[in-house]
Amino acid sequence: MQNTTEEFVTNPLVLEHPIECEAPNDQLTLETPIVSNVKYMVVGILFGIVFVKAEIISWYRIQEMFRLHSFHMYGAIGTAVVVGMISVWLIKKFKIRTMQGEEVVFHKKDFHWGNIIGASMFGLGWAITGACPGPLFAQIGSGFLVVLVTLVSAIAGTWFYGLLRDRLPH
Amino acid sequence: MLELIRQPWPWYVAGALIGLTVPVLLLLGNKHFGISSSLRHICAACLPANISFFKYNWRREMWNLFFVGGVLLGGLVATQLLSNPDPIQVSAQTVQDLEALNVVVDNELMPASIFSFENLFSLKGLVFFVLGGFLVGFGTRYAGGCTSGHSIMGLSTLQWPSLVATCCFMAGGFAMVHLIFPWLMKLF
Repeated sequence: MQNTTEEFVTNPLVLEHPIECEAPNDQLTLETPIVSNVKYMVVGILFGIVFVKAEIISWYRIQEMFRLHSFHMYGAIGTAVVVGMISVWLIKKFKIRTMQGEEVVFHKKDFHWGNIIGASMFGLGWAITGACPGPLFAQIGSGFLVVLVTLVSAIAGTWFYGLLRDRLPH
Repeated sequence: MLELIRQPWPWYVAGALIGLTVPVLLLLGNKHFGISSSLRHICAACLPANISFFKYNWRREMWNLFFVGGVLLGGLVATQLLSNPDPIQVSAQTVQDLEALNVVVDNELMPASIFSFENLFSLKGLVFFVLGGFLVGFGTRYAGGCTSGHSIMGLSTLQWPSLVATCCFMAGGFAMVHLIFPWLMKLF
């Protein structure tokens, strides 16, 4: 996992991870491949419905955002951040445990040049495709099947990053 | 009730529900919100090619693939069962700007003049699907996350590298729309 953090020191039970999985699974309790994972699919379905119903997957909404012609996307992302922040604060403050009774683990992100170079590249792509990775999946589900090509291309992009990783500035 | 759900949802409803994904995933099983990682797991599962970045136990991270599979199904459910019968409202200024760039504004979720199979083997398709997708996949992994992992999860946990990344996401988007688009659209 992305270097060690204070959390790792204070929590010896935290699992080792493949190099820098940025969205790791920190559960210690064993999971069955299908049954345990169905609940994440249910969360995903609800999440996808929100994406479509709030038109976050719309190419036009992304254009409006970058043209500063609408508050919609800024409002949605801003509200999400505030709600996320309060939730994380509550989890830390009241030491709320997971359903399995485990301590919730947080990871510190370390700065590297990808946070600037890679992020700018993603920004360029975001404005072209009108989608970040989440909406890509929802666009396909909404019937824009040609976005499958975009998704395959995004997977290829990730693969080439893996290939070139050691030669890129970090 | 169904009538209300069918209407486009306001930003504060969507924002709150998206924000709640962070604690829901954490409390369901110590999972960290981040969607672009699914692309990496797909690489690791399908084509690891002996690249060290893809050599890990992706089965352990399979929850993320279930999650994005759900997002796809959610898109299907919302469009088939809960869709808004009225055309999408696009800001008048954006319509004006897009029409100046010869984009036909059709008030669907995505402009059919760009996102259709007819354009797949044209320069337009190459730019909008292949190049755009590649930048999304390469950029998010290089950045260490996308809008979900950095802008929502990262900012929720008060990480300054995520703030840097979020600013750069926006900078890249502004540069594309205002500097590159006017030039790019002349090619088609």
